Amino acid sequence: MDITILFYLIPSLFMFCCGLYGFITRRNMIAILISLELMLNAVDINFTVFNRFLFPGQLEGMFFSLFAIGLAAAETALAIAIIINVFRVSENIDVADVTKMKN
Amino acid sequence: MESVGSFIAYVIITAVIVVCSVLAVTTRKILRAATYLLFTLFATAAYYFQLDYEFLGAVQIAVYAGGIVVLFVFSILLTSHPGDNSAKLASKKRLLGLLGALAMLGVAGYSLVSRTEFLTARASGSNPDMQLIGETLLGTGHAQYMLPFEAISVLLLACIIGGVVIARKNH
Repeated sequence: MDITILFYLIPSLFMFCCGLYGFITRRNMIAILISLELMLNAVDINFTVFNRFLFPGQLEGMFFSLFAIGLAAAETALAIAIIINVFRVSENIDVADVTKMKN
Repeated sequence: MESVGSFIAYVIITAVIVVCSVLAVTTRKILRAATYLLFTLFATAAYYFQLDYEFLGAVQIAVYAGGIVVLFVFSILLTSHPGDNSAKLASKKRLLGLLGALAMLGVAGYSLVSRTEFLTARASGSNPDMQLIGETLLGTGHAQYMLPFEAISVLLLACIIGGVVIARKNH
């Protein structure tokens, strides 16, 4: 059985859609962040797979994934700092309850 | 033609990815969601190893599975009681989420399957060695990445300072 490019793109698409579902339905901020990580991870898979299958002589896709991983780490660290601060202010990290800045 | 062993490995990795990413967004215990995310990230690293990007797989394990998931677990323990179930979803909201995800799956899946050149492309090339990766990362020539490398180092520094400022206690 040959493994073609679709064999990698379909699971990564599925992972992205799981992240999308979680992003829409979750209420807890950390759970939303976890869904976001799933989506970012799916995109990283796509970059590397396109690099390996369509442009095997170059390294662009691999380096895009590398930088995306670094950016995801930075983004998660900042988001968690913000979430902990929100928790300190409102004792809750449910998105529906964070309304202090309204009015 | 792939060897049978690598195809079996591929099937196992894909099964882990599919099952764990569904469970990560549907489980009602938040700590379990983080654990399933960890398994998904490990399976992704296994994909990278199978595609012959060993450096990228190592970075994936070190940064994602080693760094980000630990950050998640710490913040979960700081902000919620780990044994608690999250509230049951309203069926309207779940329907909305399913609709969005299935629409995405349908549109993107159709556009993937309808591209015939994707059916014929085969993996080729080999694992880029460390010397090539280092020269590409720190060179200034064509298709080399000195500038993004320096930019991301400044960005990470800004993130460290920003994280400390935001998370610090106000007096």
